[in-house]
Amino acid sequence: MDIIIMAMTSIGTLFILIAAVGLIRMPDFFLRLSVTIKAATLGLGFIMGGTALYFLEFSVTAKVTAIIFFLLITAPVSGHMIGRTAYFTGMKLWKGTILDELKGKYDRKTHSLTSDGDDPSERTPPVDEL
Amino acid sequence: MIRQFMLNLMLTFVWVALTGDLSFVNFWFGFALGFFILYIKEKNDGDVRYFVRVPKIIGFLLYFFYEMIKANLQVAYDLITPKFFMKPGIVKYPLSARNEFEITMLSNIISLTPGTLILDVSADNTVLYIHVMYLKDRDKFVRRTKEKIENRLLEILR
Repeated sequence: MDIIIMAMTSIGTLFILIAAVGLIRMPDFFLRLSVTIKAATLGLGFIMGGTALYFLEFSVTAKVTAIIFFLLITAPVSGHMIGRTAYFTGMKLWKGTILDELKGKYDRKTHSLTSDGDDPSERTPPVDEL
Repeated sequence: MIRQFMLNLMLTFVWVALTGDLSFVNFWFGFALGFFILYIKEKNDGDVRYFVRVPKIIGFLLYFFYEMIKANLQVAYDLITPKFFMKPGIVKYPLSARNEFEITMLSNIISLTPGTLILDVSADNTVLYIHVMYLKDRDKFVRRTKEKIENRLLEILR
């Protein structure tokens, strides 16, 4: 039992460490965002699971379940809001980016986004600036 | 559907009260027991949708968890080795989910899978813009997401 708890908390910490490394190493804003949000969520989930196994009480387990549930609901929403704002304010994409289908779809005045039909022939070539 | 779920919860609480042990494991054991009893009672008459749906939800959750850990390991490997293997890109993904609740659930789940991040939904709710980290083939990615995630999710929700 102890070994399972140790393994779970260590794996959780490792994922958070990896998220921290990703924050430094990733080349552009969107990649940083997508690394940190998921790795940190998963790491926290593991640590919380370890906590629940350590205490093995109904109240603690219920709280852990609630925390993980709200984390899973809120983390992607905040990630989406940050990413959308970043794209809208003209954050540069990394030069290795191979496809950008969101380019030019925003209405600059009303902030509304068009879907523009479904036309796979109008692919945009590689971009290094917006 | 709702009625069966409520009955199942009632049976669970009866089980918990009878055994006098409100622990997490015992609660879920009672739930499984109640589920089984209800299935035996209702399998010949009435709708069995509830009994198809619950195993599907569990299967989807397990699949999602497995996928999340797999993709996380891939990203982790890419991070700690000196060379980057990523090919990021923003993909336009046509939705078959229609109402707002379905779109919210779908985009939450796509966002939680590492490597993909929702950037925005178009104003008429038909297209999702996704930032993908490992984009080898656009059409393949769209097809895979559609088959593996969206269709299964809609099967559960509808």
